[in-house]
Amino acid sequence: MNAMANTSSMASRLSATGTANALELRGVSKFFGALAAMQDITLTVKPGERRAVLGSNGAGKTTLFNCITGDFLPTSGVVRMFGEDVTKFPPHDRIRRGLRRTYQISLLFGGLTVIDNVYLACRGVSRNRFSLIRPGRSDALMHAAADLIEAVHLTDVHDTLVSELSYGQQRQLEIALALAGAPRFILFDEPAAGLSPTERRDLIDILNNLPGHMGYIIIEHDMDVALRVAESVTMMHNGRIFKEGKPEEIEADPEVQELYLGGGFTHG
Amino acid sequence: MAVTEDTGTAPINGKPQSWWSGLSLASVPTPYWFVGAILLLLPVLVGPFMLFQVFGWALILGMIALSLMFLGGYGGMVSLVQMSVAASAAYMLAIFGESAITQISLGWPWWVAIPIALIIATAFGTLTGALAVRTEGIYTIMITLAIASAFFYFTRQNYVLFNGFSGFNGVTPPELFGVDWRQPTPFYYLTLFWAAVAYLSVLYVSRAPFGLALQGVRDNARRMEALGYNVTAHRIAAYVLASFIAAVAGILLVWLNGQVSPGTAGIGPAIDILIIAVIGGLARPVGPFIGAIIYVLLRTFALDFMVSIGLSGERFQLLVGVVFLAIVFWSPDGILGLWERWRNRMNSTDRLTGKARDNDGGSEV
Ligand SMILES: Nc1ncnc2c1ncn2[C@@H]1O[C@H](COP(=O)(O)OP(=O)(O)O)[C@@H](O)[C@H]1O
Ligand SMILES: [Mg+2]
Repeated sequence: MNAMANTSSMASRLSATGTANALELRGVSKFFGALAAMQDITLTVKPGERRAVLGSNGAGKTTLFNCITGDFLPTSGVVRMFGEDVTKFPPHDRIRRGLRRTYQISLLFGGLTVIDNVYLACRGVSRNRFSLIRPGRSDALMHAAADLIEAVHLTDVHDTLVSELSYGQQRQLEIALALAGAPRFILFDEPAAGLSPTERRDLIDILNNLPGHMGYIIIEHDMDVALRVAESVTMMHNGRIFKEGKPEEIEADPEVQELYLGGGFTHG
Repeated sequence: MAVTEDTGTAPINGKPQSWWSGLSLASVPTPYWFVGAILLLLPVLVGPFMLFQVFGWALILGMIALSLMFLGGYGGMVSLVQMSVAASAAYMLAIFGESAITQISLGWPWWVAIPIALIIATAFGTLTGALAVRTEGIYTIMITLAIASAFFYFTRQNYVLFNGFSGFNGVTPPELFGVDWRQPTPFYYLTLFWAAVAYLSVLYVSRAPFGLALQGVRDNARRMEALGYNVTAHRIAAYVLASFIAAVAGILLVWLNGQVSPGTAGIGPAIDILIIAVIGGLARPVGPFIGAIIYVLLRTFALDFMVSIGLSGERFQLLVGVVFLAIVFWSPDGILGLWERWRNRMNSTDRLTGKARDNDGGSEV
């Protein structure tokens, strides 16, 4: 199934790899009834680019992610991934093309163990999703899953039920799920929220150690974290893009400062 | 991990295992050996009536309820069409194979008729699944119930193919290896064998990638999509396996009764399968079999019981209903849940702290 999807879009992607943007949104809007959660968003992100999205609660950041992954279909507009129009694709087709995401509120399988969760993630982006044979001693995905668990420092709770993990550990697991397979582009939805300073440092290390070709967008309130993990910033407000630029520019921008006077960001 | 049923919680692979690891005999706990031995020795312990009409029937109903448990317990899809799938296999066997209705039955040999019956019934169940999987919860129940009742009325009104009201009689198992499989002891072993195969398959698949992903779909369909799974395809595939199990049970059922008619898969029997699964418990594959034996015992002996307390014997449904109510009231996860809680209480008080996990919303929206 995967292989078929691959060949059918091979042509468009071959031409795409070198030149095309990782993501390209044109005039994307999302309405919930009369509420415009996101309006006329036009955005391009290059392969390997690392971008932070900032904005107050309700600015439409998570909605932006949902429209990119296909969790929601946009009300209007076009979403392109690596040159391919994916606007109408179901989420799994986008994931199989290399997109990944984490959720702001952890969406994990609480009744399964840590290794089961990560194994499911690895299996989801590989073949034999319908396999009736239990994974064996030499199952490559099982090793890949164990490696991912190590990468996010969860080896100690390898066999623990996810519902028994601490909040911070669940956030780490969210990230492990998004790193499964060979991601080409990842969307992180407030991965640092609620983490302790140590956990935050670990997170920054994980992000900075990702291979260079792996671009991402990270939604992050903490300017300090954003500055360390992103090379460009998009600022959202009331469902629209308010400012785009280098982190320093955004931070120094008088309009931004006015908008967020009295809080929103913590410095240093 | 063994042929125990730690399906919900056991790691796929705490230590490296091989694909057959789930079936390693050494790790089967004692109670299972005990139950297994009793089931194997049953023909010397009970009479032919108990063997054939009670245990044979219970194993068959248990298989059909198992197919519902697979969809409901692992997939979160409550299907009321499982009895109709079983009945469709029974009908197809009667139509393609031999029966007393010679003007309709084609009389093909069993080794042609049985595969055809299994394929058609599985296709029917899968098609129903394909219609049902886009709905959720109560709507899944309603759409499968609608298809089950459509099947009932269709078989009752269609005389060309289904012989209408009277259906087919004289459907018997083939005489193979010189054994008359309709005799209580051979038939009991035949059903025991297939029930065990179905049970072990469901148990095994629940820890294979397909079964694990199905439980993922049940718990969190949206996240499964975001991990690259085609949730709809996965749900439909679950119907394929469930329908096949129900179809095998349907073949055994028509041999047990010697006949199949619209009443085999009326609304009553369709709902009885749900009742059986719920009485036993939907969380584990053994639940439906426990539910089935309770149901069959009630059905078989309620009549005498009702008459003895001065009620009409036909009201056995009342007794089934009361037992059902009591179980749903006292233990929403069935007899199995009741037993588990009792065992946990006996084991240690420390277990209580394990309960705390329910407070942590690990798998919340
Ligand atoms: N599924 C939904 N149904 C209705 N309204 C929604 C839904 N998701 C988000 N919204 C609304 O859209 C707006 C933007 O939300 P969101 O994208 O989650 O903001 P952010 O992530 O920037 O805090 C909010 O007003 C929110 O209430
Ligand atoms: Mg948000």
